Amino acid sequence: MRIYPLDQDRNFKTTGPPRPLKTGQIYDQGVLRIRADLVAAMVAQARSDHPDESCGVIAGPSGSHRPERFIPMLNAARSPTFYEFDSEDLLALYRQLDNNDEVPVVIYHSHTATEAYPSQTDIALAGEPEAHYVLISTRETGTEDGPFELRSFRIVDGVVSEEPVQIDGAVE
Amino acid sequence: MSVEVRVPTILRPLTGGEKVVTANGETLAAVVADLDGTYPGISDRLLDDSGLRRFVNIYVNDEDVRFLAGLQTLVADQDAITILPAVAGG
Repeated sequence: MRIYPLDQDRNFKTTGPPRPLKTGQIYDQGVLRIRADLVAAMVAQARSDHPDESCGVIAGPSGSHRPERFIPMLNAARSPTFYEFDSEDLLALYRQLDNNDEVPVVIYHSHTATEAYPSQTDIALAGEPEAHYVLISTRETGTEDGPFELRSFRIVDGVVSEEPVQIDGAVE
Repeated sequence: MSVEVRVPTILRPLTGGEKVVTANGETLAAVVADLDGTYPGISDRLLDDSGLRRFVNIYVNDEDVRFLAGLQTLVADQDAITILPAVAGG
């Protein structure tokens, strides 16, 4: 799905009416449910890193599918067409996740000249079958504010499945 | 030489779901060969004809083996080996 502001009240098109979250709630499978502040943080980072691709993880409790902790990562490739976590950063990240009993619920990155859809490289290299792969495209606005494109996918054994994104709250 | 190997989610179908397994060997290459004996197919996921796959990271005691001696990296008893797929894409 594409998410664009519907009007100046900063409403965003989502798949259904936002429902309040309960503490400890297990998110439904087949949909990415995510807080608006986390969406805003991914979009802001993507704009800030444009024209290079930006990347990171949103960690959440193991087994929950609930993204909670925003962890921006450096794109070691510093490229407009490729991203890769630095190998030392990668180990430190996973060590921290393990210690917190967290998993990378969301793995996000931006495309800066193409749509927010996994590239062949994204599909070939996707190594977390449980993760929600979020793509943000900055092709329309670059570093500027404005409408954004953000979509979520599962990528398992080379098969891409798009899933609806349900944003809780208004993206500021 | 018994070492502990942390296995990433994507390879756990090969280890019966185990997150940490043990293996033997005096070099990383020997450890991978030993792992493949116990968990057939794992070597193919880690190595290709040129050695360690480009988008697989292996660490011995928190050091990326690419900065050590690659597959020839020596391992000692009780060393900790971590396998992580690169997080990368286009």
